[in-house]
Formats: sequence, structure tokens, C-alpha cells
Amino acid sequence: MTPSNSWWDWGYAAEALPVLFDGFKITLLATVLGTLIALVLGLVVAMVRRTAPAIINAPFTWLVEFIRMTPLVIQLVFANLALSPFVDSTLMIGIWVLGIHYTTYMAEVYRAGIDSVPKGQWEAATALSLPRVRTWRAVVVPQAIRNTLPALGNYAISMFKETPFFVVIYIPEMVRNAQTFGGDNFRYTEAITLAGLIFLLASYPTSLLIRRLEKKLA
Amino acid sequence: MPENTENSGTSGAPHIEFRDVVKRFGDNTVLNDLNFTVTKGERVTLIGPSGSGKTTILRLVMTLEELTGGYIHIGGTPLQYEEQGGKRVRIADKRRRRITTDIGMVFQHFNLFPNMTVMENIIEAPVNVMGLKKAEAESKAEALLDKVGMAWKKDARPSELSGGQQQRIAIARALAMDPEVLLLDEVTSALDPELVGEVLAVLKDIAAETDISMLIVTHEMQFARDVSDRVMMFDEGSVIEQGLPDKIFSEPENQRTQDFLRAVL
Repeated sequence: MTPSNSWWDWGYAAEALPVLFDGFKITLLATVLGTLIALVLGLVVAMVRRTAPAIINAPFTWLVEFIRMTPLVIQLVFANLALSPFVDSTLMIGIWVLGIHYTTYMAEVYRAGIDSVPKGQWEAATALSLPRVRTWRAVVVPQAIRNTLPALGNYAISMFKETPFFVVIYIPEMVRNAQTFGGDNFRYTEAITLAGLIFLLASYPTSLLIRRLEKKLA
Repeated sequence: MPENTENSGTSGAPHIEFRDVVKRFGDNTVLNDLNFTVTKGERVTLIGPSGSGKTTILRLVMTLEELTGGYIHIGGTPLQYEEQGGKRVRIADKRRRRITTDIGMVFQHFNLFPNMTVMENIIEAPVNVMGLKKAEAESKAEALLDKVGMAWKKDARPSELSGGQQQRIAIARALAMDPEVLLLDEVTSALDPELVGEVLAVLKDIAAETDISMLIVTHEMQFARDVSDRVMMFDEGSVIEQGLPDKIFSEPENQRTQDFLRAVL
């Protein structure tokens, strides 16, 4: 369909929706998997940095800083160039890059959470002769996560909003689909506006939920 | 329950033994060449001005602090360090834990796990350290909660309870491991005055009904007098006077003991 000349064409917008939703599925998948990767690896990184000897810690810290101090877009392009000969799915490359990028942020959040567990909790665990692993699993991590849930949630929303960077490695997420759709007629207003609205509709209620959670935990 | 009638404090094999113990924090020497023993079933109260090293002694026995020098033996077994071929060798954490399983500690600030219910707090170690079945640990926990008068709160979270209630649960949690040594570190210092009595009453019962060896740091001199077999007066990291509670509290010989008791009584 060729859009009318007015600045907004409802029919054209309606046509864009299914294309956008196709992309939204990818966006959502990337957010969920990326968040899972960051949640799990972030905790591992935080625990390693707290317990490992300096000889492991130093290069590890350097790597974490390196990832944090370079832009996600560059990491996406670089990883895609480096890995595409070995990995079939560009989407998987994107998801891992996003997940690992945010691992470094979530690790910092976990670190603060672990530090916020009072010394007396570790001492009580020692007094009960709890093994190290059990102390982490039953005492420290549950309390650390409780303290950090809101911050972790905010990073999840942030990841959601950064999935459009996938455009640089041609993953058909929502914004890329909007661009492709608009490109057919050199008319982007409807598709890009709708994509933005969909982002808003998804992230705003989530952020409200997180704020409520924050109040409840405070 | 049959009582131990031999805990006069002067007989029996040493249960806790400090040998030439040194503890420094940086440049600050807290304990210098400390030697003493506690016999099985004996209740020893440590008194003295703050900073005299009393709490450090308890924390060393619980392995919460690392010895700087010397040795601690529990029931004849080295706890933190041992002598091997004339060298002082650190004992690995795993081996330390085998010994600390027999040692329980109650803290000034209770230190219950806030992410667990009262019941979960108590069965955590029996299940995960001693390997008890959950049902078994729970029925034992019920009995202990009954003893400290807290059975009705077994499903509550620590944050819902008063300080006195939390401390009684912390006592039950320590007892759930069937300790042979119990360390009481200023267990009533963080409590509102009206809650001190309920905690001390529970501890007096336990002292009367068991033969657990106890090391007690407290400012409750009447309690110390009631439960102790021996009182040790500390100042600047060494024992300056010790003896039966009646003797120490009524007619102390050392000038510093006299000054200290005049200030706190």
C-alpha cells in the first residue's frame, strides 16, 4: 500500500503493526535471554572477585573494566565479525554480547549487595560450622539478591531498550523491522513512532513494578 | 536429665586450653601470651574493662579471629594451629569446622538469618552440617523452642520478633547442634532492660540442666555470680585475678579488680 501524503496515515500504520510484532518477539527473546545470562554470570563474576586470589582477580578485573568501558555497538560489530565464521545465528551472537556486556554492570550490583550483608551473618554461619558453599547459597546470596532486586530490574529494562543496537548486525528485531518496513516507501514516521510506543508500553509498567518492589523491600 | 555433679571447675581434663596465645590487630596487641584452661562442664565468666580482650578470646575459640601466636586445644585437639616437626602449621578450614561443630556461640546482636523463618534458622545447621533428616531436626527444634518459650513463633521471621525473643531463638539455634562448648558474648547487651530477664532465665535453666562447658562475657554480674564456677578478671590482655565468683565479687584482692567492680556494680 502506498501511504497518503498527510504526515500520519492510519492504514499504513496498521500495516506496520504485524511486522513490528514479529520484531518485538526477537526483542523480547533477546531481552529475556540476555537478562538471564547477565543475572547468572554477574553473580559468578561478583563471587569470583570476592573470593578468588589476586592472581586470578587482577586479569579478571581488567577484563570487566574493558567490557564496561567500550560501547555495546562496537562490541556487537566486533563480535559479529570475529564469530560469524563459527556461529550460525547472528541473533545468538547479539544475545551473548548483550548479556556479557550487562554482566559487568550486574556484577557491580551484586558486589554491592554482597557487601551489604552484615558481617554478623558470616559469623553466625561460621559459628554453626556451615560449609562455605552452603553459607553463600543459604545465607549470603538470598540476602544480597533481596537488596539488589530493584537495581537488577532497572538493568533488565535498560537491556530491553538497548536491543535496537542489534540493528548494526542486521538482526530483525523491532526497530530494524520498522526501518525495513519504512524503507519500502521512504516513509518511516508511522513504523518508528509505533516501535517507540511499544517500547514505552512495555517498559513503563515494568519500571512501575520495580518501583513498587523497591518500596516493599525498603 | 542427669546432672553433671563434677563441674567444680578444678577437676577433670582440660576442655578448652589456651597455650601461649597471642592476638594482635595490626600494631595493637590484644592478648599477650595468654594461658588458661577450662575443664569439661565448667562455666567461666570473663570480666574486665572493655578492650581487655574478653570478646577476642571467645572469637578465637569460634575461629572468627585468626590466632597470631600460640595454640588453642579443644578436648585435646588443636583448633587453629598445630605443631608439626617443630613448626606452627595452620589447620585447614575444613578440619577446623569438624571441631567447631561442637562449639556454639550466641552473639550480642543475635545474628539470626533474616531470610529464614525461626524454624529454618534452627534446623539449618543440624540438617546441613550434622546431616539430620529434616523431620528429625524439626522435632528436635520444636523441643528446643519449647524450652526457650518460643514454640508459638516457629513460623515467624526474625524481623517480626523482639530482641529478647530473637536472642532466645539464637540460643535454641546454638543448642540445636548439641554443642559441648557454648560461648556467650554479651548476649544481653543489645537488649532493652525489660527483656534481659527472659534471656538470662533461659540461660540459667540451660546451665542447670546440661553439662555444656561455657565461656561467658557479660556485664550482668548477678548472672555471672549465679551460673559461674569461676570468674576471670582481665585487664590489658592478661588474667589479673581469678577464683570462685563469691570470692571475686565479694572480696577481690587485686586493686584493679576492686576498681572495676566498684564501677560496674
